Amino acid sequence: MSVATGALSGLLAGPTPQAPPHHTPIRRNLAVILGMAVILALAGRIIELRPLELARDVSNIGIFLKGYLHPSFANVREYAWQCVVTVCIALWGTVLAAMISVPLGLLGARNLAPHPLVYLAARRVMDVLRAVNEFVFALMFVTAVGLGPFAGMLALGLHTGGVLGKLLSETIEAIDPGQMEGVAAVGAPRLHVIAFGVVPQVMPNFLSYILLRFESDIRSASVIGMVGGGGIGFYLWDTIRAFNDREASTVILLIVAMVMCVDVVSSRIRRASI
Amino acid sequence: MRSIVSPVISLDRVTKSFQGRRALDEVSATIHPGQFVAVIGRSGAGKTTLLRSLARATTTDAGAIHFGDVDLAAVQGPALRAHRARVGMIYQQFNLVRRLRVVDNVLVGRLPHLHGVRRWAALARWFAPTERALALRCLQHVGLVDKVWQRADTLSGGEQQRVAIAKILAQDPRVILADEPVASLDVLNGRAVMDTLRRIATSANLTVVATLHHVDYARRYADRIFGLREGRLVFNGPAAELSDAVLPEIFGEFPMPLEPAAEPTLTEAPAA
Repeated sequence: MSVATGALSGLLAGPTPQAPPHHTPIRRNLAVILGMAVILALAGRIIELRPLELARDVSNIGIFLKGYLHPSFANVREYAWQCVVTVCIALWGTVLAAMISVPLGLLGARNLAPHPLVYLAARRVMDVLRAVNEFVFALMFVTAVGLGPFAGMLALGLHTGGVLGKLLSETIEAIDPGQMEGVAAVGAPRLHVIAFGVVPQVMPNFLSYILLRFESDIRSASVIGMVGGGGIGFYLWDTIRAFNDREASTVILLIVAMVMCVDVVSSRIRRASI
Repeated sequence: MRSIVSPVISLDRVTKSFQGRRALDEVSATIHPGQFVAVIGRSGAGKTTLLRSLARATTTDAGAIHFGDVDLAAVQGPALRAHRARVGMIYQQFNLVRRLRVVDNVLVGRLPHLHGVRRWAALARWFAPTERALALRCLQHVGLVDKVWQRADTLSGGEQQRVAIAKILAQDPRVILADEPVASLDVLNGRAVMDTLRRIATSANLTVVATLHHVDYARRYADRIFGLREGRLVFNGPAAELSDAVLPEIFGEFPMPLEPAAEPTLTEAPAA
């Protein structure tokens, strides 16, 4: 033990004080660890987790991938164009999502909702939009507007609108209430209280969430063509299903390149805007 | 300046409880137009609750508050907003919109007075040149014209409080309610803020009600002093009558351990 020579030295005389009794919850911690282990073991059985089989037959993947080593560039122009379509689907899907999320987010924030029932209704609508996969929405819209990118964009917008609305409402619930009270206290109308007391506080986060969701919408848009939602996803599905390995390889390479490009650009904008 | 005088504020046995504890206990008092009232008392004595009740930021359980002939218990919706427009609020933490520029914060005070197209345009932070000119005038009054384009969160505490004063000048209220306006400021900034409040009150014949936990500030600036103790109004008299002898009635017996509010001999109020 080091000897104190400074301010602490004056405190070392006399007996060490007794701390009030305190129990480390060892038993509870053990129970939590055991419970987690049981749940994981059961879940592993259900998903047929067999790591030994993976180790034994991992070489089969190599055989499968062999066809992918020689991508074909015969149709690369059409694939590239479909990548552009994919980006456009994500772009408009995100814009639609942002438009949907603003009213839902405002009404679904506990501190802004005009009535608890409105709050609950907005929350449930957002829950449903988030729970239903964009693929399911795409299948639904295909019946209305036919196969193509428009259906895909509507599907993406609806699902992402629920996600962005939830994020927005939670951002609004975390604002500094004093700044809002400072606007409400002058007797400003309700919309003005939101425009001056809330919007400036949530704007940086909201913009960053929109960009973040745009990045994830690009990934969704690149597969939504599988169910007729337009974009590169159609060719991904078509070439893989036909075992047309060389074509599928080209499509996958293009998707990877597109996602990487968009991620880089978007995250740069995101960082610059904060 | 305005020819319309501020209303008489009357409190009649105002009572408010939080979870069974009485924050205000049958408080009755009258505040005359143009009076500068300081509300003093220890933390939790009900000062802020009294102010929030006057601002109608909270409702009371029993008793009545009248502004002129307006019964605050009855105001709702547009009438409540009209009441708030007539009452300027100053807060300990300033409550400016931190990410907005100084000028926009001052223009917030104009929001209740806009009509028609201007009201809608304000949602996009567009204000008519006359409104902007008014905001500049208000900033000039508190000596901050050169900070007009700066973001509010780049200013010091004293400057932010002065912007908050410019904002309520733009709001053009008849009554100013100030909740610990100087508790977050150092002595010089605190005096500057109190001087400004006093000057406005005198020149426009406004009524000011300010909670203060430093007795010295109350004595120096107020016409009348309310002393609250555990929700009850235990002192109500002119500032000159607040002698050291009556302080224990408000703050309890001395010495109180580690209670800065309970030091009446303090000549210079320190920054909180």
